[in-house]
Amino acid sequence: MKLESKVPGGPLEHKWTKHLGDIKLVNPSNKRKYEIIVVGGGLAGASAAASLAELGYRVKCIVYHDTARRAHSVAAQGGINAAKNYQNDGDSVFRLFYDTIKGGDYRAREANVYRLAQVSVKIIDQCVAQGVPFAREYGGLLANRSFGGAQVSRTFYARGQTGQQLLLGAYSALIRMVGAGAVQMLTHEEMMDVVVIGGHAKGVICRNLITGEISRHVGDAVVLATGGYGNVFNLSTYGRLSNATAIWRAYKRGACFANPCFTQIHPTCIPVSGDYQSKLTLMSESLRNDGRIWVPKKAEDRLKRPGDIPEDARDYYLERMYPAYGNLAPRDISSRAAKKVCDEGRGVGESGLGVYLDFSDAIRRLGESAVRERYGNLFDIYKEITDEDAYRNPMRIFPAVHYTMGGLWVDYNLMSSIPGLFVLGEANFSDHGANRLGASALMQGLADGYFVIPFTIGDYLAGVKPGTRPKAEAPEFEQAETAVRHTVQRLLSSKGRQPVSHFHKRLGKILWDCCGMARNAGHLKKGLQEIPALREEFWSNVQVPGDGGTLNQSLERAHRVADFLELGELMCRDALERDESCGCHFREEHVDAEGECDRNDEQYAHVAAWEYAGEGKPPILNKEPLQYEFVKMVKRNYK
Amino acid sequence: MKVTLKVWRQKGPGTPGEFKTYPTPDLNPNMSFLEMLDVVNDDLTAKGEEPIAFAHDCREGICGTCSLVINGKPHGPHRSVATCQTYMRSFRDGDVIVVEPFRAKPFPVIKDLVTDRTAFDRIMAAGGFISVRTGSAPDANSIPVSKECADRAMDAAACIGCGACVAACKNASAMLFVSAKVSQFSLLPQGQPERYRRVLAMVGTMDEEGFGNCTVTGSCEAVCPKGISLDFITRMNREYLSAMLHAAVGRETAGKDGGAG
Repeated sequence: MKLESKVPGGPLEHKWTKHLGDIKLVNPSNKRKYEIIVVGGGLAGASAAASLAELGYRVKCIVYHDTARRAHSVAAQGGINAAKNYQNDGDSVFRLFYDTIKGGDYRAREANVYRLAQVSVKIIDQCVAQGVPFAREYGGLLANRSFGGAQVSRTFYARGQTGQQLLLGAYSALIRMVGAGAVQMLTHEEMMDVVVIGGHAKGVICRNLITGEISRHVGDAVVLATGGYGNVFNLSTYGRLSNATAIWRAYKRGACFANPCFTQIHPTCIPVSGDYQSKLTLMSESLRNDGRIWVPKKAEDRLKRPGDIPEDARDYYLERMYPAYGNLAPRDISSRAAKKVCDEGRGVGESGLGVYLDFSDAIRRLGESAVRERYGNLFDIYKEITDEDAYRNPMRIFPAVHYTMGGLWVDYNLMSSIPGLFVLGEANFSDHGANRLGASALMQGLADGYFVIPFTIGDYLAGVKPGTRPKAEAPEFEQAETAVRHTVQRLLSSKGRQPVSHFHKRLGKILWDCCGMARNAGHLKKGLQEIPALREEFWSNVQVPGDGGTLNQSLERAHRVADFLELGELMCRDALERDESCGCHFREEHVDAEGECDRNDEQYAHVAAWEYAGEGKPPILNKEPLQYEFVKMVKRNYK
Repeated sequence: MKVTLKVWRQKGPGTPGEFKTYPTPDLNPNMSFLEMLDVVNDDLTAKGEEPIAFAHDCREGICGTCSLVINGKPHGPHRSVATCQTYMRSFRDGDVIVVEPFRAKPFPVIKDLVTDRTAFDRIMAAGGFISVRTGSAPDANSIPVSKECADRAMDAAACIGCGACVAACKNASAMLFVSAKVSQFSLLPQGQPERYRRVLAMVGTMDEEGFGNCTVTGSCEAVCPKGISLDFITRMNREYLSAMLHAAVGRETAGKDGGAG
């Protein structure tokens, strides 16, 4: 397959404006003749559905939650980046672009990232107008804080609940359009397949999670904003329901899956406490503004009470290793450093898989009440989960799966390799390269939904004759629905003995060991043998109780885990194929003299876009070369 | 530790439900309440029984999906804590724990412990927004907002829309939920143009959806996982009264067709 990025020519700063002038428009009276299906109601989905409906398109928004306000964007804590330069500290669109490209270790598309930085400023305007209560200074203007990988303060925030507030803003825009009758909202509906007719996406098949009813939805275009796939690891900071089913089914219908091995392991999460654990909880990166990370210098001190370890026996390893960025080093680098000190036997807590995040300096400097105002809710969450008081003792943290930079391949218009199928937010691969900087996920989700798709979808629809939507009776719909029914039946009739959770835990363990913070060919090859074997065992030995005609949470999860068992294999394949270290993808065979990533730009400066080749056949690897016209690819340096 | 659960089981919306008793396997006190239910469910699955349906997602107290009444209290024993952030160390070995769904007429049971709370979205659709078309907003710093107002608006905006306030109220009133949204917008300059229209529409829809009246018992505030204050109800009542007066005066001065008010 030939992948065309459709990046417009011309100088970097004019590409998007030029593109907006060049792409086709749909006239207002024709807009209402097009039906757009938006799957997902998080930041990207809600903002897209609302904005498209405002333009006059007929929009159907499909979510599996009871309401769009529960999408997992809600859980993002720390903030959203924007190149406003309100702090007068030297920020600019170029600097945000440059930090993001560098943070992603030169594995993202220049033009996409520049556009992201350009529209970032409009996002803040939009959200403030919606009534998002961002933090403010006493003069009434917006406050900022710093995040990893940046030397300016460009992060806007609403206490430790920025994702929630931005989502509620997008949700309010969406629900306004629902009230106006411009968006048809379908809740408790899980997308099970994309229907492709004549090479174009023309609809989806859904399963109602409460009634089990399977339904067909016809559209002129389909937009997937279904989030990331980090739950493939079982333990992650994702919501328990987050899944890859929508993008995975689209992949199997012909949408290329780009860089599946690029998964973000976030450095500051609460450590695992037992095998019953169902999820990991993030402690926002914003804590690294004021918290200092350390472990004891000597392994024998690791079980001592932190207060009993004197200052000179502590190793503030991020400050030592990366003096320029210190505790605000990017996520991939901070996570690996934590793994390194734990591997050296200096990890704290019973399991030895933990490091301290210490606020005693900040409390001395600012006072406890100032720290409480900035991070109070995070300290509360920490207390609820661990029963420990982080005002008195340092937090214990450890890296955990948090985000996926990989996702469905899209061109500059956010269209996948299936014409008419658009992919937004975390579900696509486009902007973060091999590592995402903090506070950039919210920025990308809203950029895609508010300020990119409303224009680019018109360019596609202008080429679709109004009123040519296929009928739901078309054979392609029939065939897709039958396949979904068949999978439901197959899962329900499986007479195995193990619950779905059993397989999910085992898959997560395999992936964490071979495709986690450090990877090597040997482990990846082992994973590539173990995962298909586990998948086979799943289909012969899973037990899914209950029936398909009522709410059946075991069945829901069985579908999702079945897809994870296929996706996990593709991740390992991609990680094995990418024989270099870059960003989150740390191949132990490729380490430089200082223990950092040894990137190989000659052979791997490309997007790896995998194409499904059919059941049982190895997928085809397509490469989109990454050409850097405006930035020089250099070694990432945070020292 | 081990506990005994008395859990509400109900096949569907129209069918009668009943309490069933389940002894749990050995538990770790550091498990969350929902992780305990996961373990019990895997146990039931192994025995070929249907697991207990319960609503959950983020498991970090922010999505508002989880919604259990534990020993008679929505979200369980602790103040300002959601079900998913309740840990087994809050109970004692050998305890009998009663687990029910949120009970309120506007929240019909879907199955077991899962209820339908979409009535909240219909209230929101009536006016829980500021009408701002994408792309039309002025620069974010063009309208200063005092820190006090922004902070107070944030206190209200922290609502996670779980519905515990309704479940705790003897009248199944949704006043705390609605007042949080109305207050957030009425505290901000951006919310002023639609201020009166919003409160009338949202309160009207709240009544149509079958939520009861507020008699200010404060049980909503006591169970709210985000500690949303009862003060917001006072604020909304004031907003509502102003809106009614405004509407009455507006009709007299501007005439029936609106006019230039």
